[in-house]
Amino acid sequence: MGLFDYFNANRKSAEVAKERLSILITRDKIQRDRPSFLPQLQDELLAVIKKYVDINQDDISITLDREQDCEILELNITLPEKSCQQREDKPLPERAREP
Amino acid sequence: MTNTKIIVITSGKGGVGKTTTSAAFAMGLALEGHKTAVVDFDVGLRNLDLIMGCERRVVYDFVNVINKEARLNQALIRDKRTENLYILPASQTKDKESLTMEGVETVLNELKETFDYIVCDSPAGIEHGAFMAMYFADEAVVVTNPEISSVRDSDRILGLLASKTKRVVENRTPVKEHLLLTRYSPERVSRGEMLSVKDIQEILSIPLLGVIPESEAVLTASNQGVPVIANRNSDAGMAYQDCVARFLGEDIEMRFIDPKKKSIFSKFFGGN
Ligand SMILES: Nc1ncnc2c1ncn2[C@@H]1O[C@H](COP(=O)(O)OP(=O)(O)OP(=O)(O)O)[C@@H](O)[C@H]1O
Ligand SMILES: [Mg+2]
Repeated sequence: MGLFDYFNANRKSAEVAKERLSILITRDKIQRDRPSFLPQLQDELLAVIKKYVDINQDDISITLDREQDCEILELNITLPEKSCQQREDKPLPERAREP
Repeated sequence: MTNTKIIVITSGKGGVGKTTTSAAFAMGLALEGHKTAVVDFDVGLRNLDLIMGCERRVVYDFVNVINKEARLNQALIRDKRTENLYILPASQTKDKESLTMEGVETVLNELKETFDYIVCDSPAGIEHGAFMAMYFADEAVVVTNPEISSVRDSDRILGLLASKTKRVVENRTPVKEHLLLTRYSPERVSRGEMLSVKDIQEILSIPLLGVIPESEAVLTASNQGVPVIANRNSDAGMAYQDCVARFLGEDIEMRFIDPKKKSIFSKFFGGN
């Protein structure tokens, strides 16, 4: 696709603007409302999980949602490909060893 | 006055029409018989005096009054054309931090003794100056252009209005918010080239005070140092008059939001 294909002539630019804005503003609002301890919580959780599984900063996300008078803290961790692989340098826990 | 209203004209983004609106709005309120002061909070970049056409009469300014180098009534400039209208200019040189919270509050309290309305022309941005302009406000006019970054900044300002103002801190009813869309081109909207009133209202979801069309009359007015509302026959002038009337509680239909209908004559001859 050439650079000029990005200027999609078939779509009205106002429509594109509205769509981009809606997404942007929802994201801004979430950022604004999130309690200031969330980033630190995320870092500390990452450190703990790293002891057991090889994951990066990007593999963990925390979101806080509000539904009426209830707050939902959602923690999402994406585990590496070969599911739940142990880190090689870590001893296997008792239970996992073959008899 | 016990029920003086402090109105902040704010936007986040720069150059969207805050000063144009402050001047028009203040003059509109004064023309309706309300004693009105318009205060320039844009320290270092004062422009309101130019738009109001009183730049040569500035002797003392807002910061002089805060620093007790002048009395308030020495700094206030009376508008020569309109009864009931006074301007408090911003200082040109002093640093922005010179607007202290206590200083601003003292001056506003003194203005409250005489005026029905105090219109605060906010500087752009979301820093100290903008914060000072909004902190004591009872109502806010959020000036927005139909342009993606302006709408986003307006949303940010709404976030601040809802959390960082004196009314919120004191647990009173929050600042009343009004959306003012300016530099609107119904023709471009109809061609799908510009966000529409409806789009923007949906995104920001605050009540719409009015729509000011993109208008040549605004430049002409600023060239002459006359708030555009004084030009009673211009589109922008009429749109601002409608806004003031709505602000004062009248129910007036929106104008200048549909493309101009071309007459058969102009269609034939390609004029406007
Ligand atoms: N409705 C309009 N039609 C055409 N031009 C306009 C309109 N409203 C404002 N302008 C122009 O836009 C420019 C910026 O206006 P203004 O100074 O009022 O913005 P501002 O928000 O106060 O800017 P700043 O953030 O720098 O204080 C000016 O040149 C003004 O003439
Ligand atoms: Mg300005």
